[in-house]
Amino acid sequence: MTHDADIRPSPDALLTQAARIGRGRLKIFIGAAPGVGKTWAMLDDAHRKHADGVDVLAALIETHGRAETQAKLADLPPLARKPVIYKGRALTELDLDGLLARRPALALIDELAHTNAEGGRHEKRWQDVEEVLAAGIDVFTTLNIQHIETLNETVARITGVRVRETVPDLVLAMADEIELVDIPPDELLERLRQGKVYPADQAARALTSFFAKGNLTALRELALRAAADRVDAQLREHMAANAIAGPWPTQDRILVCVNESPAAREAIRVAKRSADRARAEWIALNVTQARFEALPDADKDRLAGTLRLAERLGAELATLEAERDVAQAILSYAADRNVKRIVIGRPRPRPFWARLTTEDVAAGLLRQSGQFEITLAAAPDERGTQAGWHLPQVARDPLAWAEAGLAVALASACSYAAEQLFPVASLSVIYMTAVVVVASRRGLGPAMATAVLGFFAYNYLFTEPRFSFQVSRQGELLTLGLFLVASLITGNLAARLRARITAQTAIAERTNKLYDFSRRIAAAATADDVIWASVSHVATTLRCETVLLMPGQGGDLAVVGGFPPEDRLQIRDQSAAQFAWDKGQPAGAGSDTLPTARWFFLPLVAGDRRLGVLGIAEAEDHRFARTDHRLLQALVGQIALALERLRLTEALSETRLVAETDRLRTALLSSVSHDLRTPLVTIIGAAGSLADTPGLPALARQDLAENIREEGERLDRYVQNLLDMTRLGHGALRPRLAPLDLADLIGSARHRLRAPLRAHQVTADLPDALPLVRADGVLLEQVLVNVLDNAAKYAPAGSAIVLTAREAGAFVDLSITDSGPGIPPDEHARVFDMFYRVNEGDRQRAGTGLGLAICKGLTEAMGGTIRAESGRAETASPDGTGTRIVLSLPLYTPETSA
Amino acid sequence: MTPTRILIIDDEAPIRRFLRVPLEAEGHGVIEAATARDGILAVAREAPGLVILDLGLPDADGLTVLREIRGWSQVPVLVLSVRADEAGKVAALDAGAQDYVVKPFGMKELLARIRSLLRDRAGAAQGPVVITLADLRIDPANHSCTQGGLPLHLTRREFDLLWMLASHAGRLVTQGLILKALWGPAHLDDSQYLRVYIRQLRQKLGDDAANPRYIMTEPGIGYRFIAE
Repeated sequence: MTHDADIRPSPDALLTQAARIGRGRLKIFIGAAPGVGKTWAMLDDAHRKHADGVDVLAALIETHGRAETQAKLADLPPLARKPVIYKGRALTELDLDGLLARRPALALIDELAHTNAEGGRHEKRWQDVEEVLAAGIDVFTTLNIQHIETLNETVARITGVRVRETVPDLVLAMADEIELVDIPPDELLERLRQGKVYPADQAARALTSFFAKGNLTALRELALRAAADRVDAQLREHMAANAIAGPWPTQDRILVCVNESPAAREAIRVAKRSADRARAEWIALNVTQARFEALPDADKDRLAGTLRLAERLGAELATLEAERDVAQAILSYAADRNVKRIVIGRPRPRPFWARLTTEDVAAGLLRQSGQFEITLAAAPDERGTQAGWHLPQVARDPLAWAEAGLAVALASACSYAAEQLFPVASLSVIYMTAVVVVASRRGLGPAMATAVLGFFAYNYLFTEPRFSFQVSRQGELLTLGLFLVASLITGNLAARLRARITAQTAIAERTNKLYDFSRRIAAAATADDVIWASVSHVATTLRCETVLLMPGQGGDLAVVGGFPPEDRLQIRDQSAAQFAWDKGQPAGAGSDTLPTARWFFLPLVAGDRRLGVLGIAEAEDHRFARTDHRLLQALVGQIALALERLRLTEALSETRLVAETDRLRTALLSSVSHDLRTPLVTIIGAAGSLADTPGLPALARQDLAENIREEGERLDRYVQNLLDMTRLGHGALRPRLAPLDLADLIGSARHRLRAPLRAHQVTADLPDALPLVRADGVLLEQVLVNVLDNAAKYAPAGSAIVLTAREAGAFVDLSITDSGPGIPPDEHARVFDMFYRVNEGDRQRAGTGLGLAICKGLTEAMGGTIRAESGRAETASPDGTGTRIVLSLPLYTPETSA
Repeated sequence: MTPTRILIIDDEAPIRRFLRVPLEAEGHGVIEAATARDGILAVAREAPGLVILDLGLPDADGLTVLREIRGWSQVPVLVLSVRADEAGKVAALDAGAQDYVVKPFGMKELLARIRSLLRDRAGAAQGPVVITLADLRIDPANHSCTQGGLPLHLTRREFDLLWMLASHAGRLVTQGLILKALWGPAHLDDSQYLRVYIRQLRQKLGDDAANPRYIMTEPGIGYRFIAE
């Protein structure tokens, strides 16, 4: 079984292959140096495709003025370049939209590593290529080895020339095919001399620097190795996807330690290369310490950038919290994760005293490493950077330094006063106190200054001989020395404590903000509430402008909320938002895509469902720190979850609605088939008797005809109810509210119900001074007709139906009481449900079960209420409990009628 | 009542059929038209004494027909409408229809309306006469009214209101018409005046709005004096 499991296709590999379906294929022509003929080889290949009938488009070719390349290009259909103005210079760039619109089968896009002029959709051309591939278009492109991100440093070291333009290794991994364009170095040099690569004047310069033969040989080797790595990777992928059993690598992992130092970037690159070669996973680990909160922003930014780089290169990111023994923390993490090899940046040289107090993390690792293999990555050129590994943030506030001076002055004054009471040696305690106070208020720098200043002041003012820096007595020399050491240590400790507290406070504050936010959005009941809570909270906690975009009708992203309110974005921001939405990646200001946009957009994703895009714009005077980014990530996650929760709730109630609609439809069908047919049976039957029975006595004829008419009127009321129900259901009901006299309406309702009410004693007991109600005459009459019809249907013949009305606050209550069997109290509310009928077994009478539901709908549409009660008309038969329907209708006041 | 010729404009053949029989039994002549166009032509050609017009016609709105007819004829028009269409009813009355009947309706009710319309027309030329309805006797010459032989003390305006309704007994009298006649065109929208007077009048007549004997309210439209 184990064996079977081993050769099962790897799901990851299958997924990778599946992701490629529908994408264009990418072929990279890779070379060791400019001039090896990559573009030429690409065009060669393209010509063959063209001859085979493939729709080839030369989307962007850099000829570098080489005549033969130009000639080679001649018969391939070109794409016009897009002109851009950048810093006053007219440049041309790839017309990405034109290319996507033209949709060739194969696009030729030269120089993958190119950086686009500012203002394009993407910062880098490889991102353009990504988009073209995603659109299902095949791409041929060219790349020099020195532009590959992880080789960048190596190449710089070999040639002394650093290129700014890099392509992530992942892009290389994305390629379906890699063709190495290779010529021996001598041949390349010859071409260079002939001016085939650069115009003659540039050639001479190039020859001396970059194109030294030694360089070229080294580069060539790198290129060959990169290509071989890639071929190897493809083979592995194929084996994994096709379940070919092979010598699988062990699950070793490589761990790279990352901090804010510049060396960390190089460590990342080293780790990436090692991981690739060892086919191992790799982890970028950042150990956070309290001191991190106190770092200058430049360092925080650098750390965030380094972590982003690691992520882009495919590392797993991990964070540890450790205060004391960082090396030990790293090692125990490494042991947990089955790590064999640890990469760390080489520590920068530090002054000896710093090395006495704390040990370098790297040194700690080396000392304790045991079974681990430790790699120290070379730091890039460090000249000019004096910053130590642990250099604390120096207070830039001049007040802090002034405070140090003030503290020493105060301490001196106190000592002067205390001199009479205490021995001179004890006075140092007063200075020490000053150091501790400054340390706890202002941090390490000012504390150290206080210690040193205090040392001199004490020496000058109090030790013999007074008012000189000389020390005459041995004991005092010792006191002075001890004072300096003790105050440096206490100051240091107090400052650390302060940093710790500051950090804790910051963390607590962040946690509070998050907690606060989750409470706020948990309480939000509608999407609007969530949106508003989200944008206002993000904006206030991060002190930035915030917008939220969601797809509206027709799927276009539109701003649904903003703080401060914003309803439109600039076109560039809008397309950044669209990109973030389409690709599920951050875009806009500060990211790789459309970095010149003013806004930065993060997609809101819950599970695999995209819900919207959150945009933030930093204020001029408040730049984001890394902790802000982390908080933002957490907030975005919560917003996405809240929106998803609402969506699910909505979907659920929609499902319920569908079920409810189904139930109603069934009820309606049974109602139509039974209740509408019953009167028809009578009508057809009676009409048949009239027509087909000759010689009927006049009285019988009259009776039958009467029967037909009454059943017809009943049918009419049912139909009216069905119509009303439909109008209520569609919300198409717009009451025309007017002042009405209830007596008038009772009159006309009774008139309409003459026939059914014939057998009952209807009395209306209305006070003379009954005020007018505000209602719609037609609707209110229909309500009364339904209620009276119900009363007539259920109350025994000959019993009383009593209508009474009285003023109740801002309403008039109209009660219609019958002497029927009544409604059980627990069903009082349910009688107003559609198709609800009080169960009375076989005695069920004809009725659609719609009447009261419609009464409720109509009454509420007019701003009134309706309820059922148990009640009994005065003259009811003793056994009847009776039903009372109470209609509350708003009083008419001239103001409300306006 | 003088038999006359009645034009039925309705697209439903069964409705025309059931209207024809009792109308002919009353002695009227019946002309039928199934479309708006035929209806207008029939009014022009046949000069009927009364038109029964359905508001929902296949080729044109009944209101259009009404306006067209009113351009050149004062023939009384009785409109057939559906219940919910209150706006249609009011528009038809505004456009010059004399009365309406809500579908479905009983023949008895329809015949009563027709009688009322035709009587009104016949009486129009004769000037004020004493009206006797149920137990009421209303004398316009003396502005006096008795109920069951006993005199009723009505103010001038109450009397005018009663007279206006009674002289159109069985017919709908719209609020607008009453307000214009009794209060003047400036008070067309002051229906609360009217409501107050109707209430006083009912009180003096001993009438109950919730179960009327004399004056029936058509909510939102007007009043009708119960003819029988």
